[in-house]
Amino acid sequence: MRRATTFLSTLLLAVMLFAVPGALSPAQAQNPIQADGQNPMGARPTADSVNEEFLFKQESKIRGRVSIPDGKSANLIQPQGREYQNFRERWLPWIGALVILGMLAALGVFFLFRGRIMMEHSQESGKKILRFNAFERFTHWMTAVCFIILSLSGLNYIFGKRLLMPLIGPEAFGALAQWAKYSHVYLAWPFMLGVAFMFVLWIRDNIPSKVDWAWIKAGGGFIGKGHPHAGRFNAGQKGVFWMVAGFGAAMAATGLMMLFPFALTDINGMQVMQVIHSVIGIVFIAGILAHIYIGTLGMEGAYDAMGSGKVDLAWARAHHDLWVEQEQARTGSGPQLKGHPAPAE
Amino acid sequence: MARMKFLCDADRCIECNACVTACKNEHEVPWGINRRRVVTLNDGKPGERSVSMACMHCTDAPCAAVCPVNCFYTTADAVVLHSKDICIGCGYCFYACPFGAPQYPRVGNFGSRGKMDKCTYCSGGPEPDFSTAEYEKYGSNRLAEGKLPLCAEMCSTKALLAGDGEMIAEIYKQRVIKRGYGSGAWGWKTAYRETVAI
Repeated sequence: MRRATTFLSTLLLAVMLFAVPGALSPAQAQNPIQADGQNPMGARPTADSVNEEFLFKQESKIRGRVSIPDGKSANLIQPQGREYQNFRERWLPWIGALVILGMLAALGVFFLFRGRIMMEHSQESGKKILRFNAFERFTHWMTAVCFIILSLSGLNYIFGKRLLMPLIGPEAFGALAQWAKYSHVYLAWPFMLGVAFMFVLWIRDNIPSKVDWAWIKAGGGFIGKGHPHAGRFNAGQKGVFWMVAGFGAAMAATGLMMLFPFALTDINGMQVMQVIHSVIGIVFIAGILAHIYIGTLGMEGAYDAMGSGKVDLAWARAHHDLWVEQEQARTGSGPQLKGHPAPAE
Repeated sequence: MARMKFLCDADRCIECNACVTACKNEHEVPWGINRRRVVTLNDGKPGERSVSMACMHCTDAPCAAVCPVNCFYTTADAVVLHSKDICIGCGYCFYACPFGAPQYPRVGNFGSRGKMDKCTYCSGGPEPDFSTAEYEKYGSNRLAEGKLPLCAEMCSTKALLAGDGEMIAEIYKQRVIKRGYGSGAWGWKTAYRETVAI
């Protein structure tokens, strides 16, 4: 048995010895031994080194090995930083200015043509109906306050140095920006909580239905006369709900990646997170500007829903007729809250 | 005025990491921060090379461009410096830097990184030259003493070159012509949008 093994290994060794020069021959053809014969292998170990051009052809960035624990430092060159610079400094300020100022201009034009949408009076005017309870209003305003501060501190990352810094000087702006950054980082948490609460509170009333399609076709009552049917939320409000849910989730996901940098992704991933976070943030701000407009200046009676929580029954009947019917059917006795009789006219 | 640059001749770098150590010692750089590092490419394979890398003091520096508080400035010698008093530690300069130069004292705490730290080309910061405040925040100011960055000055194989861009490019060119090969000026295309033509 042992003899057989020895024989086999000898055979294997012989095969290897014969095979190796054969395997080497193509390499020798590539690197023929120099005439001066300095290197018997024909290779030029110093000259045939890696170079930048060759490595960039293999991968978009050059990575190596480092002897320090910081893994990020193993990236030698990542030219994508230049692309990130290009986006952040050339494109982002323009995207931000155009989208946000564009929305403000559109709202201004709408206000000029349509004016404030006034309440229509009926025999139900003066009676009140509860539209949002205390917890709903608390959730809304917690999220709203966070959103406004997050927006301003977020816009400060793009426009602060262009608009504010020349006015107040670099030191004061540095201190302000530091606090803006802290508020951005810490208010992100109650904002995410608020979005999650609102999602759970209102998703039931925000499932799209056939009524919404009719509402959109009728122009939502913005164009022309009369009010299309609507449940607790009309198609426009449902749009706001889904925008907040969708953009809120996207902002939370990309924001969390930045709060815990490099936890899940590498340098290029971090750049992409920044791009997504900033672009969605800008569109989100523009969308919420429209929401603020129609909830305050744009429509009489709308603010009460989130102010006191109680809206005028005539307004509710006009804008959310199906919801009023539903509420009256549910409470049986009608929409009135205790202690609020309609004033005699 | 000179246009200061770094050039690492990778065909000479022996990965001794003395530049890293010298930098840390000269500026008393805190734990966890490395203003300079040596990256080994193709480690253990034929054609392995090591490159010593720090801030390249770029032309149209990406860090300075993306900084939301404009804390960066470029000196008359084209050295890219920053003010730690204005820095808010947002981390954008690290995302923009092609060479991974910006470093932060912390990573955690919701990304509150602390003030950014990076290679100053041994030329301090906005504080008065040789002041205690300057030394504590940015390290020593060799350039003001008329000396070049220590990492390059003490490089045993003279792989790392620091000085005026044209002069160090000329030194490198002469070397390449003499020995007949060179793996190029690493990072120059990205940093200075030009390379050393030979």
